[in-house]
Formats: sequence, structure tokens, C-alpha cells
Amino acid sequence: MAVVSNGTTIIDAGALGSGVATGKMILIKTLTASSSSTLSFLNGADSVVFDDTYNSYAFKFIDIHPATDDQAFTFQVDTGTNTSFNQTITSSFFNAQHSEGGTSYLMVRNSGDQGQGTGFQRLTEGSGADNDQSCCGTLTIHTPADTTFVKHFISQTHNAHSGDYAMNNFIAGYVNTTTALTRVRFKFESGAIASGVIKLYGIGG
Amino acid sequence: MAIISNGTTVADAGAFSASLGSMTLIKTLTASSSGTLSFVHGTSSVVFDNTFPIYKFKFINMHPATDNVQFMHNGSINAGSNYNVAKTNAMFEGEKAEGGSNGTLNYITGHDIANGTGNAKFTYNCGKDNDQCVSGEMTIFNPSSSTFVKHFLTKVSNSHNSNYIKNTYTSGFYNTTSDLDAMQFSFSSGNIDSGKIELYGIKDS
Repeated sequence: MAVVSNGTTIIDAGALGSGVATGKMILIKTLTASSSSTLSFLNGADSVVFDDTYNSYAFKFIDIHPATDDQAFTFQVDTGTNTSFNQTITSSFFNAQHSEGGTSYLMVRNSGDQGQGTGFQRLTEGSGADNDQSCCGTLTIHTPADTTFVKHFISQTHNAHSGDYAMNNFIAGYVNTTTALTRVRFKFESGAIASGVIKLYGIGG
Repeated sequence: MAIISNGTTVADAGAFSASLGSMTLIKTLTASSSGTLSFVHGTSSVVFDNTFPIYKFKFINMHPATDNVQFMHNGSINAGSNYNVAKTNAMFEGEKAEGGSNGTLNYITGHDIANGTGNAKFTYNCGKDNDQCVSGEMTIFNPSSSTFVKHFLTKVSNSHNSNYIKNTYTSGFYNTTSDLDAMQFSFSSGNIDSGKIELYGIKDS
């Protein structure tokens, strides 16, 4: 039975009516770390959507806390049902830093960028493992299922550095493949993700 | 007839009372060998006035027909009759070559604009290889204000024609207190071969 209000179909056949304006930022999946070595979002598994349903996908990092001090938080992607997570990436990484002691820097971070590299891409550097330290931010991947273009990504994160710095990181790049991406994995370069939440949103489409 | 659940009015008078998200897709334009893509308030279902306090444009796989060109924007205060509003912006970027040479972080003096009425650049030297494109976003605040200049923030990831990633940021303002009622996007030479631009309104909190 349809629900019709003032002549407008609000709900019918288990779905909102076409005339109902809905938000275009849709929460797809939340993963919560608990001493997790990795957190992975695999299209088609556990209700994860990461295909051409949406134009872009935004991952939100909420208080990602490393088990090991002084670690980079990273991501990689893969295609099909592959599990190597070693796609080719060219990326840029720069950040602004300000220490609790008052020292500040603006610098490119060659230690965090890649030129046709296949390693995990850094989203932070030197994340601290003190009990009150964590990192937060966003990674947006555009059109992962496109089969014509490279796959651009843009990220901004903030981390509490192990040396008691605030670090505002700007990362962007492209996964240099025209094969559809189907999966994304996050981890620290060493040690587990002690705690934290990653939310995946679909945007547009 | 209202729909009331557990004492809360969910829908009434043909509309939902419940929150449906704060990011509303207004309009999508798809390029197909297009000289420009324009969003004009009041035309073709475009809303670009004081309905929303913040507007966000998403650029998805903008592919130029011509190699080594600039992706640009301009605004109008006369419903698209002219796109020539004075603007000032700042541009900086991180970049990294596929060849792996050291990344750099620079202020880009050659591509910013100082109260000019010509098109403002998001990024530059965009490549037209079949797999190259530009993706990113632009946020414009309060375009209908009659008091303030109109601030904007942009960030894009650009496949440079020499096989660099360019992570380009600009911020600036349209230097007018008139109603900014249309926006136009283009490459500096040649058509927008393909790509999609989505316009979203961000609701008040």
C-alpha cells in the first residue's frame, strides 16, 4: 500500500517515492577497530557498496588510535577479488605542523608521497600512541569503478604526532589504473589499529 | 493526512518532516564536447540563491579535448549574460611526478588572479591522455549576500600533461556585493570533452 500525502507518493513498494528529495550523502558502512591489524571495505561483502552506484566515496576517520607509537596511517586499494592491495599510485603529500612547544612548519613530505609506487599510501605520519592521541580526517575516492580514467583521490587528515605536534596533512593522487577498484584497506605501517571508527559514505549518483 | 509514528510527525502535507540529510543534489551537468558548463539560478531547475547558505560543486573526471590547458571558473551577477566578476584568489599545490622525482610544495604565482575579471583557475596544464582528467570540488559561501564579498574554496586532483599529480588548492572571493547568480566552468582552450559537474546545496544546521 502506498503512503500518499496531499497527492504526493511518499512511500510505495518499500521505497521512497521518486518525488521525495533525499540526502545525497549516504552512510554505507561503519567499521570499528579493536586491536585490528587492518580494516577493509570490500564491494559486495557485508553490505559494502564501492562501485558505480555513487559518483564518489568518502571515508571518514574518527579517532584512529595506533597500538604502536610513531606510525603512519595508510590505505591501499585493489581490483576484482584480488587481495594484494598493491595498485600503482602517484601522489603528493604536504602538511602544516605546529608543536605544543610553539614551533611551526609548512613542508612537502617526500617520505609520504609516491611516484608510481605500489605501497600503502600514507595519510598521516608519526601518529602518536599516547592514550589521548589519535588521527581524524577524510579520504575521498572519485569514480572507483570507472574503466576509462585513472582514479583520483583527495585526503585531508589531522593527527596528533608522537612528538606532540599537531599535523594537518594534505594528500592527493591517482591510482594509475583504468580497471575498476573494488576494495579499500586501511592500516598502520606497523602495529594494530587499537581503536577508532571508519565510516564509508556514498555521495551523489 | 499526516503520518505520525510514536508521537512524531514523519510526513505531512506532501513532504517529510523527518530529516533526510543536509546535502541536497540540485543539478547535474554532463559534458559532451562542451565549450562551457553553466549553472544559472532559475534555469533548468538550478537553485543558486539564498535557499542554501553554502553551495558545493563536485567535478568528476573532467577531461579536456585539448592538451595542456587550465580548468577554470567564473561567476555572473546578471543571470549568465556575462561571466566577468572581479575576483582575487591564492593558489598553492603539492605535486609529484610518476617518475618519482621529489615532490614539491609551492605557491603558484603564475596562475592566481588579483581582482581580475577573467576566468580563475582551479589548476593548470591538465593532460588530455585518454586516462587523464581532473576531479575535485568547489565550495561557495552565501552567493546571494548583499553585504559581503563571496568567498570560495577549491581543491582538485589533476593529472598533469607531463604525468604529474597536482594537488591544487585555491581560495578567494568574488569581489562583489551583488547577487552572484550563475557560475560557469571551462577549460582555457578547447572543449570539455567529457565529465560531470554536480551542484549541491548544504542546508543550515
